[in-house]
Amino acid sequence: MPKFQRSSSDSLHLQADVLVLGGGPSAAWAAVAAAESGAKVVLADKGYLGTSGATAPSNTGTWCVPPGDNRHAVVERRWQRTGELADPRWMLRCVDTAYRNLLKLSEWGYPFPSEDDGRLYIANLRGPDYMRFMRRRVLMAGVTVLDHHPALELLSDGDAIVGAAGAARQAGHDWRVDARAVVLATGGCAFRERILGGTGLTGDGYLMAAEAGASLSGMEFTGKYTLAPYGSSLNKGLPFRWASFHREDGSPILGPTGEPLRNGIGVREEEVARALIEGPVYARLDQAEPTLQGWLRQGQPNCFVPYDRAGIDPFTELFRITLRAEGTVRGTGGIDIVSDDCATGVPGLYVAGDAASREIMTGAVSGGGAVNSSWALASGWWAGKGASVHAKRRGGKAFRSTVRPLGQAGLRPAASPRDDIGASEVIDAVRNEVTPLDGNFFRSGVGLEKSRERLESVWREVRDHLRGEGPDRVRAREAASIAAAGRWSVAAALRRTESRGMHRRTDLPGKSPALAHRLVITGVDQFRIAGAPERLAELAS
Amino acid sequence: MIEIVSATRCIECDICVKVCPTNVFDATEGGVPVIARQDDCQTCFLCEIYCPTDALYVAEFAEGPTGISEAEVEERHLFGGYARALGWKRGKAGGSEFDPTHRIRVAQ
Repeated sequence: MPKFQRSSSDSLHLQADVLVLGGGPSAAWAAVAAAESGAKVVLADKGYLGTSGATAPSNTGTWCVPPGDNRHAVVERRWQRTGELADPRWMLRCVDTAYRNLLKLSEWGYPFPSEDDGRLYIANLRGPDYMRFMRRRVLMAGVTVLDHHPALELLSDGDAIVGAAGAARQAGHDWRVDARAVVLATGGCAFRERILGGTGLTGDGYLMAAEAGASLSGMEFTGKYTLAPYGSSLNKGLPFRWASFHREDGSPILGPTGEPLRNGIGVREEEVARALIEGPVYARLDQAEPTLQGWLRQGQPNCFVPYDRAGIDPFTELFRITLRAEGTVRGTGGIDIVSDDCATGVPGLYVAGDAASREIMTGAVSGGGAVNSSWALASGWWAGKGASVHAKRRGGKAFRSTVRPLGQAGLRPAASPRDDIGASEVIDAVRNEVTPLDGNFFRSGVGLEKSRERLESVWREVRDHLRGEGPDRVRAREAASIAAAGRWSVAAALRRTESRGMHRRTDLPGKSPALAHRLVITGVDQFRIAGAPERLAELAS
Repeated sequence: MIEIVSATRCIECDICVKVCPTNVFDATEGGVPVIARQDDCQTCFLCEIYCPTDALYVAEFAEGPTGISEAEVEERHLFGGYARALGWKRGKAGGSEFDPTHRIRVAQ
């Protein structure tokens, strides 16, 4: 167990080899992997390990590709759909590690369902059960779990990241963990959209990593939206695979061939998005046969909670729908990974799950639930191992030097704090730029430029004046993280002067061969965007 | 979002205070937990399934409270509805081995 020291009654101070920040699947796998390597591990989560994140409230498929000759072909086919930005080598090693960890889950006794021939079906994970199971594995591995301990900032000794500090929001005191390595598994940024997991997914890790000097990539790919019953949190597209869609006057929404749309997921979301910009849209799950209806109800019970509580039969009655923005959660952007162990390029700092850029896995298209779920299984594992190797190498050197906290925006404003700038107003202002369908699902150079200007002015206020006191420090930091993520996203979208995957420029339809590379962002207040060629030159110099 | 903590069903175990990922509830001295930060609720329904007595009700609308009454939730048998659909009982996990989602994926 890590050394427990309470330096005073109002703060908690621990030492560990590896500190994992986050409470979703990639955090859990990172903690288990690091503990298995012999590291003393502390996991600190903003919420509760077991319910935090986008996975716990969901029922997610995995990208499950068994070993064998077919694996290369499966990866190749998937790569064809990534807008040429994914890296087949990463895709292959991800399916390999994810598959092995799915087998581990089965060995550990996770209650997978069986197929008709009696074999376990391991390609699907039911969120609440999976994450409750992972919490038990993390605790069994000897990890110290700190629930409701949001991190506010990373700590550096000048050479490397040596821990993090934050607020224990239920206990009402501060915390600090000195660690030889830190894994950021803080999830993506949902820009406070009211989706499953959305409250906690505010991109905190992006800002912390960027303050430490790490880069981000794929931030322009935030154009992923998923259908949900209107006003609900259920951003789960699967039932809409068997739906028809109608306008207020009852007229059907047509697909690209002129036939009524009978499948609302994948690329068909575009037709629904167009209709939603014009007015309210209604759906009915009338393409599902009775047997399928039963499977949907039993297999995706959370999707039916809104209908049951509103007293609607979605198979026979029309109900109003919406498209929920999903930011970088089902988008692909995040912290750039520089090596196979999920290192960020900042010594001592590793990244896993949706906190990391998934561009190498899924390019310009959404990884949906399945690819992201396998990515969490694999990247959590690599980051946990990588962090524990780094911790061993650092040994006693880690805790000798003076430690400097790195947090700036929202925590240590550049000018005098002002009370008239509040976290929720900042978040609303950012949402206005990065969530509307007619500005972000469909983009244009003119619209993006206006958004960029508005976000610059929001950012200046945040940078100079936003600060919270006591428990409101967490809210101020969340708002700063959301503002930073929105600003990076719009800047990258402006730079990508083409359409590719979920980045849809109405003024620039079609892919540009010159932009068949990733865009890497470095810096917080002053940042630069480098394409692959510049990036290679930078790394070589 | 979360709307009801039923004082008649609640046994004051405070599990919801612990497991809510967005820290919506506050424990109280000698009473049932209170909904202290309702607007932070992400309508994930997880507090309901962890509750050992089905004392919590999360309404389907995520943007704000609907004002549904405890009497209506009781009368429509909505308490514990999501837990029953999953196969969770008295706050304990169960039912994932009967998940037919693989059949849906084949149909897809």
